[in-house]
Amino acid sequence: MPDTLLKLTNIIKTFGPVKALGGVQLEVAQGEIHALIGENGAGKSTLMKILSGAEKPDSGEIMFDGKPYHPQNPAEGRLSGIAMIYQELNLAPHLTIEENITLGIEKSKLGFAKSQKTLVQEALRILGQPDLDPSTPVNTLSIAKQQLVEIARALVLDTKLVILDEPTSSLTAADTQALFEVIARLKAKGIAVIYISHFLEEVQQICDRFTVLRDGQTVGTGSMAGTSIQQLIEQMVGRSLEDMYPHIPHTLGEPVLEVQALQGKSALPRSASFTLHRGEILGISGLVGAGRTEMIRCLFGLDKVANGKVTIMGRKDLQAHYLRPEKALDSGLDLLSENRKEEGLAVNLPIFTNITLSALKRVSRFGWLNLAQEKQQADEWCTKMNVKCRDSRQEVGALSGGNQQKVSIARLLNHNSDIFFMDEPTRGIDVGSKAEIYRLIQTLASQGKSIVMISSYLPELLGICDTLAVMHRGELSAVKPISTWTDHDIMLYATSGVAV
Amino acid sequence: MTPKVEIPPATVMPPLPNKSKGESSSVKKVLLQFAPFFGLLSVFILFVILCPPAFYSFYNFKTIITQTVIVGIAAMGMTMIIISGGIDLSVGSQIALGTVVIATILNMGGPGVEASTGITILAALGAIAACAVCGWLIGLTTSRLNIVPFIVTLGVMQIARGVAKWIGKEQTVSTPVNNLQKLMLLDPEPEWLIFAPGVWITILLVALTAVVLKYTVFGRYIFAIGSNEKTARLCGINVSLTRMAIYTFSALFTGVASVMQYSNLTVGDPTAAAGMELDIIAAVVIGGGSLSGGEGSAMGSIIGALIMAVLRNGCNMLGVPNFVQEVIIGVIIIGAVAIDRLKHHIKA
Repeated sequence: MPDTLLKLTNIIKTFGPVKALGGVQLEVAQGEIHALIGENGAGKSTLMKILSGAEKPDSGEIMFDGKPYHPQNPAEGRLSGIAMIYQELNLAPHLTIEENITLGIEKSKLGFAKSQKTLVQEALRILGQPDLDPSTPVNTLSIAKQQLVEIARALVLDTKLVILDEPTSSLTAADTQALFEVIARLKAKGIAVIYISHFLEEVQQICDRFTVLRDGQTVGTGSMAGTSIQQLIEQMVGRSLEDMYPHIPHTLGEPVLEVQALQGKSALPRSASFTLHRGEILGISGLVGAGRTEMIRCLFGLDKVANGKVTIMGRKDLQAHYLRPEKALDSGLDLLSENRKEEGLAVNLPIFTNITLSALKRVSRFGWLNLAQEKQQADEWCTKMNVKCRDSRQEVGALSGGNQQKVSIARLLNHNSDIFFMDEPTRGIDVGSKAEIYRLIQTLASQGKSIVMISSYLPELLGICDTLAVMHRGELSAVKPISTWTDHDIMLYATSGVAV
Repeated sequence: MTPKVEIPPATVMPPLPNKSKGESSSVKKVLLQFAPFFGLLSVFILFVILCPPAFYSFYNFKTIITQTVIVGIAAMGMTMIIISGGIDLSVGSQIALGTVVIATILNMGGPGVEASTGITILAALGAIAACAVCGWLIGLTTSRLNIVPFIVTLGVMQIARGVAKWIGKEQTVSTPVNNLQKLMLLDPEPEWLIFAPGVWITILLVALTAVVLKYTVFGRYIFAIGSNEKTARLCGINVSLTRMAIYTFSALFTGVASVMQYSNLTVGDPTAAAGMELDIIAAVVIGGGSLSGGEGSAMGSIIGALIMAVLRNGCNMLGVPNFVQEVIIGVIIIGAVAIDRLKHHIKA
């Protein structure tokens, strides 16, 4: 095994009475790609903050590159050779690639910035992007390319360790593959990478070794070869998840939603048609940007519809043009937004407010709220949904991603519609919460609810849906039973629009 | 009706022990929650120490409270607007317009010595209605034409001022004696009222605003829209309709404030209350209102208005020049927002 680059021994960090890290061990060798995995709240982000210099550990030892490593602030961490690349990118959107890469290390002559174009071009070349023009403004680049700019910034600083936090969560499959190539190039240059991700398939594909954190402690480490995803999950949750995708028996009933030739004003979707039955879980697969989200937003009245006919519960009078969210809710539809923080939740309002907001009629009389009743309803949902919070008066923003998602779903359940549109219901949440949401969706179907579930994560669609349709550039394939679809058929339609 | 959803208690994950951030920080949180109140208390105590005994006489106390009435009432409307993520720069002009409308209506009763009760009430309602129309127009324009309220109300600020000057023919409008002029008397009639009727009206309106914000669906919608408009839309709230309702309802408060302003002036004055909107916004901000929406309270805003009134009064007693007062108030506005930031930091 090559030399150890980074070694953390017994790192302990407490915030008040809460032990965020209770003895973490982590060893990363030079030039290896090391996966750091764990559920949300396992302590990954605290550990990353310590490594980047944003937080200081209470005790424990960190050796980096053969020397003790005690950064006082993030800038010092960067200069020592550790680069953090967060999920939310840290770029100045109006500046050019070159300006962003050299930000903070500009060379100047008499106060005028000196061009470091060759340095920047060299970094881009190493990343396999020789065609990128350093004078392009960053905000004209795709997210994937912007991410590369951040990585290039690390290269310019002579970095020895790059930490990538959920780098693929907003990338398409093709961009993800491109990123993996870049990571391989870093490795070839002898740069070590700590790769944090919820996508275990990706982790298995590109990482050499892994460390699993649970409840602030290192619970396992080892070589990726010969470790199955099932084994990783078991270590993450601390018990065997014998069935990630539970099946609760349910039968399909009469049609509840018939969509004919739905055409969005924004050109997406293009003439989409499908029928949803009572008790059906319909999965919608497809590439990011294919128009899946737009389709359900049109149906819910959030996006404008150009044309199409929608029949809800046999009521033919509901033309899609007339749909507005308030009317959709009254007609028995409800929508779980893919964008939890920006749309799904009012993050600085309390949990209970977020849960009851779409059904205030039920806890009010002539416009007057019954606060006690409202709070009680919300508390019941918090218990049923296992939302981990001190009190339902707490701000939603203070909860972890998984718990925030449970609050979003609790609002749908509290409103009690018959048809649920769920857009990426498990995005960015931990494995334990995912399993709870799968079980919940199955439970809903068994109670006669109908669910349209959009997901970019194929295994979960194949795991819990009854039927599936695939979208390609706004066009929806035929809805077929899940057993008749194969991975290959789905990818073929999603990428080329060719039905098998 | 479909059966209510029954979700069996989750079994996948055992509940974690409650995470509390510890006593010290929760004490801090409570302290910060009452920051505006402590601010008022400390400003008051400071002047009690510095000022001659006349400062804490009952008479001066009455003066301070009466001086808070106009800004305080208008701040109630502004609180709702700011919580909803909006702003209204036209309040000062609306108040001026209101005073002119009152004077004009009072003069319609003929050149009598005293205006009749009927026409007096009509005049007050006329001012409130004029402001309500301004508020409705602001709400309509922001939601239908999708222009930010800062710009719309900047425009209405000019328009309302212009209309006031037009109606008043660019001068103050004198009026016959009437009962509205008694609303702001330091020594009210009848005597048992102790405070001016305007003070009691302010107290009622503060209570009304607090109740509307906390106990009504409308109040909940105000918070929801201000906190996250997209979430509000997703939850079936008719955002543009609610916006119009917020601006119109708030303008009713501005209308009442204009009646008080008239009572103070006893004439209609198209140049009255110039720049007062900034005092009103400052009161809301000092009281914990956030210009990014979703935060604020009626109690906080009235305390904010009181802090400014105590400061002005105390400084006047000490003979501190006007320009120093302005500097102090500026510092307090920034300080209040800094405390607010700190509050968010502790919560996070």
